[in-house]
Amino acid sequence: MSLLAPPFIYMLAALLCPLLSSRHRALLLLIVPVLGFISLLSFSYGHHAVFHVLGFELTFMRVDKLSMIFSIIFSIAALLGGIYSWHVRDHIQQIATLVYAGAAIGGVLAGDLISLFLYWEATAVASVFLIWARRSAASYATGMRYLIIQVLSGVLLLAGLLLHYNDTGSIAFDHLGLVSLGTWLIFIGFGIKCAFPLMHNWLQDSYPAATVTGTVILSAFTTKMAVYALARGYAGTEILIYIGAVMTLFPIFFAEIENDLRRVLAYSLNNQLGFMVVGVGIGTEMALNGTAAHAFCHILYKALLFMSVGAVLYRTGTSKASELGGLYKTMPVTMVCCLVGAASISAFPLFSGFVSKSLILDASAKNSYYVVWFALVVASAGVLSHSGIKIPYFTFFAHDSGKRPAEAPVHMRIAMIATAVLCVLIGIFPGALYALLPYDVEYKPYTVSHVLAQMQLLCFALLAFVFLMRKGLHPPEVRGVNLDSDWLYRKLAPGLMPSIVGLVALRVTAMQDAGVKAVSGLIKRISFLARPGGMLAVSWGVNSMVLVVTVMMLIVLLFNLL
Amino acid sequence: MIADQLPALQIVIPMLAAPLCVLIRRSFVCWCIAVLANVLVLATSWAIFKQVQSEGVIRYALGGWAAPTGIEYYIDSMNAIMLLLVSFISCVVVVYAHETVRKSVQTGKHYLFYAAWMLCLTGLLGISITGDAFNVFVFLEISSLSMYMLIAFGSDRRALSASFRYLIMGSIGASFILIGIGFLYAATGALNMVDIASRIPDAQSQRAVLVAFSFLTIGLMIKSAVFPLHGWLANAYQHAPIAVTAFLAGTATKVSLYVLLRFFFSIFGTNYSFGGMLLNVVLLPAAVAGFVLMSLVAIFQSDLRRMLAYSSVAQIGYIIAAFCLASQAGLTAGIVHIINHGIIKTALFMSVGCIIYRVGHAHSDSLDNLFKKMPFTVCAFIFSGLGLIGVPLTAGFISKFSLISASMERGWWMIGVLVLLSSLFAIVYVGRVVEIMLFRKARTDNPQPTGLREAPLLMLVPMYVLLAVSVWVGISGSATLSVASDAAAALLGGYQ
Repeated sequence: MSLLAPPFIYMLAALLCPLLSSRHRALLLLIVPVLGFISLLSFSYGHHAVFHVLGFELTFMRVDKLSMIFSIIFSIAALLGGIYSWHVRDHIQQIATLVYAGAAIGGVLAGDLISLFLYWEATAVASVFLIWARRSAASYATGMRYLIIQVLSGVLLLAGLLLHYNDTGSIAFDHLGLVSLGTWLIFIGFGIKCAFPLMHNWLQDSYPAATVTGTVILSAFTTKMAVYALARGYAGTEILIYIGAVMTLFPIFFAEIENDLRRVLAYSLNNQLGFMVVGVGIGTEMALNGTAAHAFCHILYKALLFMSVGAVLYRTGTSKASELGGLYKTMPVTMVCCLVGAASISAFPLFSGFVSKSLILDASAKNSYYVVWFALVVASAGVLSHSGIKIPYFTFFAHDSGKRPAEAPVHMRIAMIATAVLCVLIGIFPGALYALLPYDVEYKPYTVSHVLAQMQLLCFALLAFVFLMRKGLHPPEVRGVNLDSDWLYRKLAPGLMPSIVGLVALRVTAMQDAGVKAVSGLIKRISFLARPGGMLAVSWGVNSMVLVVTVMMLIVLLFNLL
Repeated sequence: MIADQLPALQIVIPMLAAPLCVLIRRSFVCWCIAVLANVLVLATSWAIFKQVQSEGVIRYALGGWAAPTGIEYYIDSMNAIMLLLVSFISCVVVVYAHETVRKSVQTGKHYLFYAAWMLCLTGLLGISITGDAFNVFVFLEISSLSMYMLIAFGSDRRALSASFRYLIMGSIGASFILIGIGFLYAATGALNMVDIASRIPDAQSQRAVLVAFSFLTIGLMIKSAVFPLHGWLANAYQHAPIAVTAFLAGTATKVSLYVLLRFFFSIFGTNYSFGGMLLNVVLLPAAVAGFVLMSLVAIFQSDLRRMLAYSSVAQIGYIIAAFCLASQAGLTAGIVHIINHGIIKTALFMSVGCIIYRVGHAHSDSLDNLFKKMPFTVCAFIFSGLGLIGVPLTAGFISKFSLISASMERGWWMIGVLVLLSSLFAIVYVGRVVEIMLFRKARTDNPQPTGLREAPLLMLVPMYVLLAVSVWVGISGSATLSVASDAAAALLGGYQ
């Protein structure tokens, strides 16, 4: 029985893939999540699939309420992604999707740090193929950066878990807390995947670079697995509250001025993660409930938004705000679904975001984190502006771009409608979602004060948008590249533009510049030696090889005689 | 009756197969003889392996002459592993060699190729089995001379110069080893390893032992291609016939590493080598610089074989670094990596060999979208490439994991960190090629040969056998670890 655990089903199906025709593979992508879901429900709470490997006891299935809700939503996301990508005939993408989804589910079900690490790495390796599958030089470079950062996160996790094991003799993945170097390393490893501030660039870098369907799949798993891991290992770690608050705020500005709508969504993904991280940081039962609920809803509406923008990209070949507009005439279904997603992410009452976000907001207010609460409220207004209004407005309305693309393909429409229905259902009947949460809830989202407060917020944000648009103060949708802190590492690529920032920033930049220069100088020098024709890579002549031998011999004798 | 003579058979079978090939001269028959002999050798080494596991050390007096006078074969679990590894890899690759030899080696010379192969196998097995220091040198020369010849069979003229460079460096290495053994003989009056080991403690203070130690260190470092003494390796790997590259990469350096282990740990003893002689002051920096720099060099190579060659130097760096930890866990990690890397790198070179067989060369810029044409070959490359990186559930991960945990146990954090760093480099150089083969659109200016198709079955099957073994090693994990840990314990415990 334990061999039929959900992650194993996905892996098995991935192995089967090469033997099937493309149509059957697409079907497999629908069947496997269903099978996985059934298998998941058949497990009782407790530890299953325990194997002894390398002298460790590895638990591949730890079923409890927290891991359950995440694996349920991952299964749903895999199914929706499967429907949405019905048209994909590229078996590399299909296999990567299966392995990636299976690994993510495996990750949240892992009962110990080593099996968590196994899946952690598997998600990294599988997902990069969804980026590379776009088959362009840019996606190759992006994918490589993504892969290195993801594997770095895994490497930190591995180093941390070994240290932790040395300290405590246990590999169990329960509450860890920031108590030792090992747990700090694990924390940073989680943080990279969770896109903490300054470790976030991989997200905006890679998600918009993936294929249309790849982005939908990518948006569901990696970061939420990290949120789960944080919730499991670091619930109640205070630093997370402030990290999360910063995460909710800073992407707003980038999202406001960004032109590529998929990148806007990537920034808003980052901002939504911030809410979850705050919830983990507060760490009370209510806050953790909020985190889990928000992750659940967020996966759905974020997938929905990526799906609708993806459908537009699929039909028009662009996802740039400056090149879109007026598409409501020919893509009404996509437009409606996009609006549902927008309403959900902005937490309109009767949509899913409302019932989950208010849990976290209330938890922060209840525990007297008023500053954080205020930050979250500001962030909520920002979300409305850049995801709730900007995305649908510039895509489907605004000035008419003259484009008259056909409506999204049938399977995409089915996937979007199904997701939209889920978003609305959760918004109207939150009880079903609350029943899944890790702790029992006594929470009523639809009180007068909640609804009123939220509506006020939304109305004023709307008003602000209208005012800015009329006055022409809203950042116009123009082509451009926005600098984020990833220029730190991308600057190594030659010919990147200089950044123009304020006085303080200039000084910081100068210091960073010096650092970057020193590092890139070192790298250049080493790679100069290593490049073809460099000293290390050229075939040495016999005499120089003998010279090296002589020198080494001298060194050895010297050391031995002394 | 036969069971008692297994150690002799191990050497005698391939040694007789070589002249038989020369006498018969028919290409196909010679190949059959080579395969048959190799299968027998594999069976023998398996039997020996089992026997050592159940009954402990085998000591076999060759020709019935007891130790100080005659040559003794001494087989503990370490030797048994090496015998099994060498004969297994040789067996798989010799099957694979048939097609490649027919295509790239001059028609009249096939029998020489197989004869040289058998001699080389004899030498490698001999080194792994013998308990006599001078005998090690003899077998080392047998294997090296036949290896120079095998490399020179390469289809293009650069193979000759590559072989010559290897010849010069190999001979320097071998003479250093010989000088070392000579000094040891002078100091202890013994050639049998067990006897030398028992007399070293008394002779330690002599300058002769010290000089012997230094010469052996350098000689073995050359032979096992430890950075910066790896100069011969890249060209030899790049220009040798493809089957020879696979064979060489999986066995030759690994056997030299075994000799290094034997001398440093069993004969001189851990305390002398790593305490008194400060070996890690010299060896460890070389190993670390090796795996960091050579991984970096590998990134920039456009020829796949050259890239893998530099990666081999890097991997040898891992192994040496693991030895330098001089602990049970460290030695275990090193030995596991000898096994795993031997298997993985051979599989990689075999898949690259398939590409060369069809495409004609292995420049990364002409492999665009090769997956469409040669799916099985590319799959094999990807899977073994993942093993090279050390992705979980592959054999490479077991080695990486045990190496890092051993270095942490010893408290050398930096080693662990640098290993992880250089495994990031490995991602780049493997990932780069994988991306080209899977995703890059075929270009018009650099067309692949028309009618490009999958490599012949006789090449694919052995490659996948090797791959299956590496997957099994990766998944079962503890099997190789426990064997390696036995071997490590035997080496650290010294001769009984």
